[in-house]
Amino acid sequence: MFSYILKRLIWTIPTLIGVTIMVFSMVHLAPGDPAVAMLGEKANPQSVKELREQMGLDKPLYTQYYIYMKNVLHGDFGRSANSYEPVWSEFSDRFPATLELASMAMIIATILGVLAGIISAIKRYSIFDYTSMFGALAGVSMPVFWLGLLLIYFFSVKLGWLPVSGRLGYEFDIEHVTGLYLIDSLIAHDYEAFWDAFKHLILPAIALGTIPMAIIARMTRSSMIEVMKEEYIKTARAKGCSRFQVVAIHALRNALMPVVTIIGLMLGSLFAGSILTETTFSWPGIGKWLVNAVYQRDFPVIQSATLIIASMFILINLVVDLLYAVINPKIRLR
Amino acid sequence: MRDFIKQYKKNKSAVLGFFIVVLLIFMAIFAPWIAPHLPADQDLVHRLTPPMWEEGGLHQFFLGTDDFGRDLFSRIIYGARISLMVGAISVGMSLSFGLTMGMLAAYFGGKVDLFIMRIVDIMLSIPAILLAIVVVSILGPSLTNAMIAIGIVGIPTYARVVRASVLTEREKEYVIASRINGSSNMRLMFKVILPNAATPIIVQSTMGFASAVLEAAGLSFLGLGAQPPTPEWGAMLSDSLQFITTAPWMIFYPGLAIFLTVLGFNLMGDGLMDVLDPKLKDK
Repeated sequence: MFSYILKRLIWTIPTLIGVTIMVFSMVHLAPGDPAVAMLGEKANPQSVKELREQMGLDKPLYTQYYIYMKNVLHGDFGRSANSYEPVWSEFSDRFPATLELASMAMIIATILGVLAGIISAIKRYSIFDYTSMFGALAGVSMPVFWLGLLLIYFFSVKLGWLPVSGRLGYEFDIEHVTGLYLIDSLIAHDYEAFWDAFKHLILPAIALGTIPMAIIARMTRSSMIEVMKEEYIKTARAKGCSRFQVVAIHALRNALMPVVTIIGLMLGSLFAGSILTETTFSWPGIGKWLVNAVYQRDFPVIQSATLIIASMFILINLVVDLLYAVINPKIRLR
Repeated sequence: MRDFIKQYKKNKSAVLGFFIVVLLIFMAIFAPWIAPHLPADQDLVHRLTPPMWEEGGLHQFFLGTDDFGRDLFSRIIYGARISLMVGAISVGMSLSFGLTMGMLAAYFGGKVDLFIMRIVDIMLSIPAILLAIVVVSILGPSLTNAMIAIGIVGIPTYARVVRASVLTEREKEYVIASRINGSSNMRLMFKVILPNAATPIIVQSTMGFASAVLEAAGLSFLGLGAQPPTPEWGAMLSDSLQFITTAPWMIFYPGLAIFLTVLGFNLMGDGLMDVLDPKLKDK
């Protein structure tokens, strides 16, 4: 197993380097002078020259890459071309919002997806099975932003139950400890703020969680069906275990292994999926930050946001793979 | 072929998917005859008119109008052309590059395989929508650039599918026989192996069509794809955001069009997978 882990770790390095090269090349691949692109066509030549020097664009490409990598490895992602704030501080301000949204989406997706999958597998070919599996296919085909708009229309505009956008009502002011409002409001014992933050979170989390939920439901179902055919399930039945015991203790534990992997892998893509959801719900996270940067052609932000999201995605996948290797003897013993 | 149709017909959801896709193609081809108005025709007097069956609705605007008084129904019909075009061009692009890369990797193996699959892994390590946004931010927002972005994003998936499929065919006897007969590498790759390795590629292309449509709509929704006044469904949804309280019909129908299109291709892909290669479904 050690060689597997080592191999997997080593393979991550060229991937990460590849991503940095791609992100670094972005500025150079864009048509025209990046300094002009940032300052606008009408900028005076002196400020363009200064910006070029500041960005190191007057140096050879390999030197630029070397400087870029050195800075990145020291945690210096440059400054936003728009706000002149350090990119890292802008990122860390927004990251908790995305983390909170993605985590809630994953919780909803996992609970509902696994439940639907189990019931579908036990009651195979029943109406519930057909409905939930068709629902799962529909969920995969659902544009997240459209679902978001429908949720806003029905639950916010029509019924007035939940807020339309944002993270917290203006009347609340909670101290930022973790940046996760649900936790911060609990720390501050401000239960009204907690309830308000929860109400803001629920619609975007449902919108973002729909596709993972559909995938988890399908995966759980097929995995359960597979496991229920195993000999040890027959043995458990023959021994006189109740239906609940068979499903919950014998089958589920084994069926959930591939599901856990897929959940881990989807965590990374949720950060990317949040780009559309955050735009729909004006959720102040990294997805919306990235989209705004694209509108403003703020390359330092686009580069860093891409690099950070992609690295997170790669590292989460790495951790999931390694954990899977630890859990699964087939890989462990290879 | 007859067997194929018989098998396919058994799968009701696949048949539904097929009908949705046929309807979409029909809408796209006959748009000028079906749509009562031109997609960019403005009627400012009748702006934000609700659908025909709602109070205040007018029979000439079946699904209502948008903030410029443009007929939503006509724009959705014309939008089918754009979605199909986006799907076809970006899938075509992904497929041609992915096919070549996957084929070369599997056929030659060794260092060629290692090199190509490393690039593929790097591309796959970045989430699709993020990669598409990166490409659009480099090229600038437009429908053409969105298609290019989606085309590029799809390449690694096709490369992997083609590679896996070719690898299983490469060592089969008919390939060896053809090689002994003196077939060139090109002939072996594209005339001998490819037709036998096509099944997963067809399935992937159908599913890929669905994700291309979805990604294009997403990019346009973000303002990074089709620009106004193009009747693109995602862009139409993006315009509708500010009218969510006053003109909800602007949200319902373009989104429904995207959903049904994606669902249609996904159902069809699922059905094709069942019929052509049931083993694939378990993977």
